[in-house]
Amino acid sequence: MNKDLTKHHAPGHSACAGCAFPAIVRTVLNEAGENVVVGNATGCLEVTSTLYPYTAWKVPYIHNAFENAAATISGVERAYKILKKKGKVDKKIKFVVFGGDGGTYDIGFQSLSGALERGHDFFYVCYDNGGYMNTGNQRSSATPYGTSTETTPAGKQSFGKMEVRKNLIEIVKAHGVPYAAQANVANLTDLKKKAKKALETEGPTFLLVFSPCTNNWKFPTSQYVNIAKLATETNFWPLYEIENGKYKITYEPNSPKPVAEFLKTQGRFKHLFSEKNKPVLEQIQRMINEEFARIARLAEE
Amino acid sequence: MTNNKKLALTGGYAAALALKHINPDVMAVYPITPQTPIIEIYSKFKADGEVDTEIIHVESEHSAMSACVGSSAAGARTVTATSSQGLSLMNEVVYIAAGLRLPILMAVSARALAAPINIHGDHSDVMGCRDSGWVQIFCENPQEVYDKTIIGMKLAEAVKFPVMVIMDGFNTSHSVENMEDLDDKIVKDFVGEYKPEKYLLDLENPVTFGPVALQNSYFEFRKDMADDFENIQKEYEKICADYEKISGRKYGIFEEYKIKNAEKVIVAMGSVCGTIKDAIDKMEKEGEKVGLMQLNLFRPFPYKDVKKALYKAKEVIVMDRNLTFGTKQALASEISHAIGKEVKSFVYGLGGRDTFQKQIIDMVQGQLKDNYLL
Amino acid sequence: MERGAIIKHDQSKAPKTGNWRYMKPEVDKEKCIGCSTCVGYCPEATIEMKKYKEGQKDKADIDYEYCKGCGVCAEVCPVKAILMKKN
Repeated sequence: MNKDLTKHHAPGHSACAGCAFPAIVRTVLNEAGENVVVGNATGCLEVTSTLYPYTAWKVPYIHNAFENAAATISGVERAYKILKKKGKVDKKIKFVVFGGDGGTYDIGFQSLSGALERGHDFFYVCYDNGGYMNTGNQRSSATPYGTSTETTPAGKQSFGKMEVRKNLIEIVKAHGVPYAAQANVANLTDLKKKAKKALETEGPTFLLVFSPCTNNWKFPTSQYVNIAKLATETNFWPLYEIENGKYKITYEPNSPKPVAEFLKTQGRFKHLFSEKNKPVLEQIQRMINEEFARIARLAEE
Repeated sequence: MTNNKKLALTGGYAAALALKHINPDVMAVYPITPQTPIIEIYSKFKADGEVDTEIIHVESEHSAMSACVGSSAAGARTVTATSSQGLSLMNEVVYIAAGLRLPILMAVSARALAAPINIHGDHSDVMGCRDSGWVQIFCENPQEVYDKTIIGMKLAEAVKFPVMVIMDGFNTSHSVENMEDLDDKIVKDFVGEYKPEKYLLDLENPVTFGPVALQNSYFEFRKDMADDFENIQKEYEKICADYEKISGRKYGIFEEYKIKNAEKVIVAMGSVCGTIKDAIDKMEKEGEKVGLMQLNLFRPFPYKDVKKALYKAKEVIVMDRNLTFGTKQALASEISHAIGKEVKSFVYGLGGRDTFQKQIIDMVQGQLKDNYLL
Repeated sequence: MERGAIIKHDQSKAPKTGNWRYMKPEVDKEKCIGCSTCVGYCPEATIEMKKYKEGQKDKADIDYEYCKGCGVCAEVCPVKAILMKKN
């Protein structure tokens, strides 16, 4: 195994072959250094890394429940603050939370909001695979418009999920956090920079990372990097950051590809390529153009 | 002995005062009636620099218990307080705290559960988590709240299980009674310094809290918990005996009041016990031999001792301040199980309903039309 | 059993996920340009850059104990120096 990459999260975990999140976890934690405590919401990462008797975690780690990772780390962080004051802890410790989109956008939303508002010094990383992948592909509020999932299946009278993805970064930003950003596992250099910035910033920071799921997005195990790349090349998943309220696009494709290039790589969007769903496909392209234009406008300000 | 001060305090104040003398590292709380006096008074202690506890004002009780789990796992002495709907909301994490063996102390102002919504005292909330793996200690009055909060903190850390110290909402939490406190230093020496074995902030010995345990190990983990829970009573009695040495106040798993020659024994918990004692005195004057077993320790349930104390009684009358549907009442079924025979079971005080001496006498004399002290 | 199920990392207890593999990545060291693109993307962190020949850049080397055979490394290699073969 690669020694430099396994100081925090080691192999032997049971993530699917071709899973995207291990690369996210390692890249983020390598920026945090040795003195870090990890919090984790229930989800794929948690179940695959802590199956008794083996834990893949070489650093202190706590999983509490599904919806309370941010509240849990609030307790850890305040315990650190007082124990440091009392001289019982001497090192400077970072606190990093990982949660999937279900545990972040949906069930853990209140807990996250509370922790952001209270201003704890922690870094929340959401690996976003657009739905409840751990329980077998149900829709979440992060599931993209038009996705066929087990609970929003495409059918004679349905083109899949009919609601637009929740814009979580804007909501996080509205808490007045000093740093929030969107990254992609395909661009590890950009991810690394953002993680570094977030960890160097005092107070609550937030990162939303695109994390393809081979099993439920229905693509071959070898494809997560290619598909994730296409997400950014089509502006489906723009890379940007919001630092003290200022927007900045950190990578922009020279000539964005049509979103269909991204969608056609995955079984979950297969139905969109029927004649009947042509308007849905066009609508997705319009939505993507509008959202990117909105971010670009804000970045120019 | 100490230079004890005579005070007149509510149960809520008494809990806050005991916590002040403990000065825990972290308190994570969310306001709910009738728990609010505890956290308001404690926040004032903090504002005046009398304690250095980190108070986390979370956005829900679910997050309160979640933050407590984080804090306690991190290695800090951790407390919280709640009531009613709040305890129900945190229920999921209440179980997790016990499963992770975290010595969290929780003061509960016990209150009714909706629906219909009602802010007043009864034991419905705490009975809802009686099988969660928390120790449950009941208090009659502010003095007991003060004492058992200190006992509870020490007990939690000694047995590595979380502890609930329960007072009746309003009846105790908001009623002023005379009591004595202890010298701050005596309390601090009594509870001692908290030294966790495995904790998150110990970077040299990194540990994983909250792994997945499947068919091949979950059962063993839960069985170990059950086995360890059996040892709590002994430790509780030991700590109570030590506490008597510093306070002069004696507590046991239950208090026996005129049980020795009693033909009929009432079993109850909490603030109603004062009224019951008065009723017993009155009946005694009229020649009736009635006693009271005031249960302090509800979890773990002291079956053997209850059996021993009640075996002579011709009639056992159990008063529950909660209502169970479709089966026997919570306390009545425990007592009946302990003594191996049927008991007379009554429900009183739901949603803050007052319970009067006369009702208790009528209950003992078989004058009530049914099993409710309405 | 560990009280509270609080456990410690112990690599010897790790399932050897290499036996999940039905396709095996093989690095053609002559072709490998030592760019290390594959290293960061491998979900199991099984790839290390190791000394191959004197005067040459370190080349990708795969630890088969944990490699699940997903094929990501072969896919991201810019010079197609990793081939997936039947295990």
